[in-house]
Amino acid sequence: MQTRYDPEDVRRLLDRLVDQIAAGFSKSEPLIIVGIRTRGETLAQRLAPMLAARGFAQISRGVLDITLYRDDLSEIGPRPMVRPTHIEVDINSKPLLLVDDVLFTGRTVRAALDALADFGRPSAIRLAALVDRGGRELPIQADYVALTQKDVPLSHRVKVQLTETDGVDQIRIEPRNSGENAG
Amino acid sequence: MSESTAPRWTRRHLLGLEELSADEIRVVLDTALSFKEVSTRSVKKVPALRGRVVVNAFFEDSTRTRTSFALAGQRLSADILDFSEKTSSTSKGETLIDTARNIEAMGVDIIVLRHKAAGSAHLLARSVKCSVVNAGDGAHEHPTQGLLDLYTIRERFGKIEGLKVAIVGDIANSRVARSNIWALTKFGAKVHLVGPPTLLSKSFEQLGCTVTHDFDSIVGDMDVLNMLRVQFERIQTSQFPSVREFSRMYGLTWDRFQRCKKDVFVMHPGPMNRGIEIQSDIADGPQSGILTQVTNGLAVRMAVLYLVTQVS
Repeated sequence: MQTRYDPEDVRRLLDRLVDQIAAGFSKSEPLIIVGIRTRGETLAQRLAPMLAARGFAQISRGVLDITLYRDDLSEIGPRPMVRPTHIEVDINSKPLLLVDDVLFTGRTVRAALDALADFGRPSAIRLAALVDRGGRELPIQADYVALTQKDVPLSHRVKVQLTETDGVDQIRIEPRNSGENAG
Repeated sequence: MSESTAPRWTRRHLLGLEELSADEIRVVLDTALSFKEVSTRSVKKVPALRGRVVVNAFFEDSTRTRTSFALAGQRLSADILDFSEKTSSTSKGETLIDTARNIEAMGVDIIVLRHKAAGSAHLLARSVKCSVVNAGDGAHEHPTQGLLDLYTIRERFGKIEGLKVAIVGDIANSRVARSNIWALTKFGAKVHLVGPPTLLSKSFEQLGCTVTHDFDSIVGDMDVLNMLRVQFERIQTSQFPSVREFSRMYGLTWDRFQRCKKDVFVMHPGPMNRGIEIQSDIADGPQSGILTQVTNGLAVRMAVLYLVTQVS
């Protein structure tokens, strides 16, 4: 199993993800891209101009904080700060692309779907994840995945780092040390 | 920003602002900023406190604070129980602690307490296992009012440090003044207290404020004027000779208002005595933040209810 992906790998993975997304949505329709804080938000910021370059002309953006919707607040140790959610347009009756870095248990996505329901009713919600590491605890699957690594043991975490937040683009698969939740 | 280095909230109760650090207050304000957005959604509700029970225990009359806490709890999906003195067994002689323990025995997560006795919230916090939020204890503190005032000032000016804030009127009887003083001074605002000598003693200078009995001497220099309500129900007549005299010397009259800074921000914790501490058309005018305070109060109380329940 490859355990480290360098900036060049990440660039290729992002291209792969954009290819899949571009094939899945109609370019003539508006598209709302919503990232789940924190890495999903950064990923969404990356994807938006890449999709615009592929001919998507009406892209709106949003960022979703799912802290208040989590069902595992009692299990993740120190409480995360609640940060604002912001979606710049009305999401009703429009296709929406939800973006996260790592798809694991599916609980983050479940929480995100609940949160989105409080903003309105998109015509469809699709899920894009940079990495699918398996280990689902809920019946949730991604529509677009750049890297599938379903044999990552539970004792390990998949850490996506992006230049904007971490100074470097890389993905590392490493033993958990802090018990931190990888989503 | 790394989440692990962010300041954290570790208190099960909110009793006063005196004991909070500036960092802790900042956590509440920043959390409130996130909650303000919830009220703009099509479904104005999040499931954060689903299954939790909040009791509004108000042993003193209140409209604003009680409804604000009730709505804040509802927007977090908590169950709200309203409890007032007039309909309770405290009117049959039961003590506050016994009443609270009985309420707690029904499985309550937060008691929001308003009581005429200073220190009642602290007393309660020592006697029950659930969270206690002080919604005003006598003339001691009204922490959520202090927080929402701070939030509103920060929202208006983008900062608090260095601002000149006058708190005007009946300081001696005011828990709002005390909570505001603690909050503002921790953030580096210059707090000026203004009021008649009978309602404002020099001892307030020990809290790091300037004390003056001459409103006109400072009014032109202030960024914020927080006009306190004259609390007729608390006031002894000897402290307060005449309403008209008070209004003339310490009210925000039109004449005084015209000598203020152009961008002066006028606040009032409500309920207002229009024409006594504040001229009606100033309260309703563009420099007034009075209704913004009420809106922000909801977000701040959501933040407080949320934060105290996240500590085990």
